[in-house]
Amino acid sequence: MSSGPVRGRARVPQVGAAPSVMPDHGRVERTPAPGTTVLPCGDRALLVEVPDAAGVAAVRAALERSPLPGQRELVPAARTVLVVLEREPTDLDMAALRRLSPGPAAQAPEGRLVELPVVFDGPDLAEVAGLTGRDVAALVRALTAAELTVAFGGFAPGFGYLSGLPADLHVPRRDTPRTRVPAGSVGLAGPYAGAYPRASPGGWQLVGRTDAVLFDVDRDPPALLVPGVRVRLREVG
Amino acid sequence: MLTVLAPGPLATVQDDGRPRWASIGVTRSGAADREAAALAGRLVGNAPSAAGIEVTAGGLRVRAGRTLLVAVTGAPAPVTVDGRPAPFAAPLTLRPGQVLGLGVPPVGLRSYLAVRGGIDVPPVLGSRSTDTLSGLGPAPLRTGDELPVGGLVGEEPFVDVAPVRAPSSRPVLRVLPGPRRDWLTPAAWASLTGASWTVTSDSDRVGLRLRGPRLERAREDELPSEGLVPGAVQVPPDGAPVLFLADHPVTGGYPVLAVVATADLPAVAQLRPGDVVRFRSG
Repeated sequence: MSSGPVRGRARVPQVGAAPSVMPDHGRVERTPAPGTTVLPCGDRALLVEVPDAAGVAAVRAALERSPLPGQRELVPAARTVLVVLEREPTDLDMAALRRLSPGPAAQAPEGRLVELPVVFDGPDLAEVAGLTGRDVAALVRALTAAELTVAFGGFAPGFGYLSGLPADLHVPRRDTPRTRVPAGSVGLAGPYAGAYPRASPGGWQLVGRTDAVLFDVDRDPPALLVPGVRVRLREVG
Repeated sequence: MLTVLAPGPLATVQDDGRPRWASIGVTRSGAADREAAALAGRLVGNAPSAAGIEVTAGGLRVRAGRTLLVAVTGAPAPVTVDGRPAPFAAPLTLRPGQVLGLGVPPVGLRSYLAVRGGIDVPPVLGSRSTDTLSGLGPAPLRTGDELPVGGLVGEEPFVDVAPVRAPSSRPVLRVLPGPRRDWLTPAAWASLTGASWTVTSDSDRVGLRLRGPRLERAREDELPSEGLVPGAVQVPPDGAPVLFLADHPVTGGYPVLAVVATADLPAVAQLRPGDVVRFRSG
């Protein structure tokens, strides 16, 4: 870390105060990007909220390119990026983050493409086909045609939430989660697709399975599906 | 070499954890009471990256395979060497074959055993910590485990004994606003900072479940999952808050009302079921 902890005035503001009335100190321009909100998160982090997954990707890319001083890590999620620092956040950090535009100008560069080989024989395949008004063959065609992107991780090591499913393929979670979903299961839930790196409880609708190695601690990076990676599902026999 | 004769209720290898992997779903983990773990390491002159043993509610017994310098900190478990009382929070020399024992601490929950050179199990993603949530790192210690001792030493230790304050079973913890304070009613913050909260038995390295007045939601819609930090006070639909600790999930889907100040996290790590905490707005 190049700069030491920022001392002095480092109080995190109250939630509920409109960001635009927060005092900006120093020479920072008061031009918050539309749609970007910065929320307090204790004394080592700030939470940046944007309207959608594209905004998350843009904020993540911008902070990877030019990190805040003392930035330890970024945790992208559905509509937020948690910015973890090695020091207390300041008003200056809030101002800098508010000016990050989630718009197309700051769009993340295209990630590398990963093809996931999938056997479409999941226990919920027929039900998902019914829910989406298709037969199974048409569902598989639609899933393999979708251009997916890893939006974020978080459920378990190596699990990637894949965004980019067309809206008519969005299905609800199962009413009752399974107590054990086998490793490699490929499932759908809401706007996301995903693959379970290891056996765990889970509520996603299972449409198939992959033998891709999703997480391996001896590989760099250990996760196959890291945020920003583009994903295609490829049908295998 | 250190041979585990008895692990007690739960003993794990812990170091400073795995920062920087959260975006692929790996939480930081590491010693729950970092202050106590770091002190134990300093007492034996270890490098900051050396791993030690986190002992939950005492009960650990280990036998030295060679002459070893060790120290015990954190929850003040009565320390014995071959059954005779030995000092707490002080460097101790174990001769080959001697057995170090930790009794049940009268207050606090987690004691830390450092061995000069560090516990040298193979690191996973750069850390020797056991992540109890995802299962990364070494398994919890079992009777018969033989733990190699490494060479992660720093300068020679020069402190005879460290003055330490015993953990409190009635601490007052400083809380700062969390990102979703406005998802709870205004009364929720007042309840959080006004009431006494009892630590329930449903508490571990992932987090502590607290019993007290029900915290009411101001909005009922579903919150998309978002990143969590240690110390986050999350409010699930049942209104009973969860205070997250070292092995917290990387993301969570319930609103975070408040976050405990980093300086007070060691006190959280020492809370045991039945302890009563209060929060003050900081």
